[in-house]
Amino acid sequence: MHETDMTRALIMTICDWRESQPEKLPVAKVFLTVGQFTCVEPASLQFAFEVQTRDTFLDGAELVIQETPLIAFCHACQAEYRPEIGLQYACPDCRSPMDDIRSGRELKIDRVQYFQTAQSGESPRAVKTDHAHQKS
Amino acid sequence: MHQIIDDTLGINLLHANQAGADHNRAHFDEWGVTCLNLMSSPGAGKTALLEKTLAALSDVLKIAIIEGDMTTELDADRLRQYSVPVVAINTGRACHLDARMVAGGMHTLAENHTPEDLDLVIVENVGNLVCPAEFEVGEHAKVALLSVTEGEDKPLKYPVMFREADVLLITKIDLAPYLDVNLECIADNVRQVNPHVTVLPVSAKTGAGLNAWLSWVQSVVKPSQMTSV
Repeated sequence: MHETDMTRALIMTICDWRESQPEKLPVAKVFLTVGQFTCVEPASLQFAFEVQTRDTFLDGAELVIQETPLIAFCHACQAEYRPEIGLQYACPDCRSPMDDIRSGRELKIDRVQYFQTAQSGESPRAVKTDHAHQKS
Repeated sequence: MHQIIDDTLGINLLHANQAGADHNRAHFDEWGVTCLNLMSSPGAGKTALLEKTLAALSDVLKIAIIEGDMTTELDADRLRQYSVPVVAINTGRACHLDARMVAGGMHTLAENHTPEDLDLVIVENVGNLVCPAEFEVGEHAKVALLSVTEGEDKPLKYPVMFREADVLLITKIDLAPYLDVNLECIADNVRQVNPHVTVLPVSAKTGAGLNAWLSWVQSVVKPSQMTSV
């Protein structure tokens, strides 16, 4: 459910990025990092992205989601370990609770990939930016 | 002739909400108000706890409530009986409060009251163990509730919420004798994901443990406010 809001935030961010570009070029891919220790379901994000970008400048753009595993660091053992989400978070060796999280909390828009044409100018799809703003 | 170009953004997906939450918190700080964000599954006893809290503290502290409810004002009406400002935010189909909604609640508060006169604003989030955990609203501390009827394993299954909590209230402990539930096990499971959490077992019905909760609330209210009371 909250993936809908997050997708809206994602599209807004891409809109802002695009506004800052000298040329409005077609976006091919949007790269996201989503940690496994977040409340975000990548499949729901994909679905929301597909629905919310329809008939906007992002229509057809691919959302590439890289998931990062949950990795914790045990201070007592001075070692990293991988907690078993849903079952066990304490250090498997010394039972210390999960304190430092080294990976798994990421929710990041990494980069945008777009096409630069030889004689790049306003592409016809670019005029739809405002529409996307209204939707979001 | 297409050339593919990458532009690195490196922006947090929730940066807009985070900025809104920071903005709200700056307002609270300016007003000298402490803000708590109350989160739990539906029916864990957030509103019952607030009723007891208002009954005990509304003479000592100036409290206002921002109440998130999906469609009704039932909870808000329960709290209005305690003669404190209650702003109801109907989230519609949204499963959590976000910074923008709470900012709306703060504006409503500021229109009808003098926020500088307040000591404490408690935000009662929408009942949900998943979504509210990722959306800060401008709070100074997060309070999670888990009732004994929900089961000992919930902190393991919904770890993010319990990881983020500053305080965990184990509620409805008056029911514990009738259930196969071990309060220590709940506390241990929470500490697995959050070793720094303060665990307080309470019963809003019998009043057991409430003094520890009320003391904690008073301890987080900004000192300048406490002395002015």
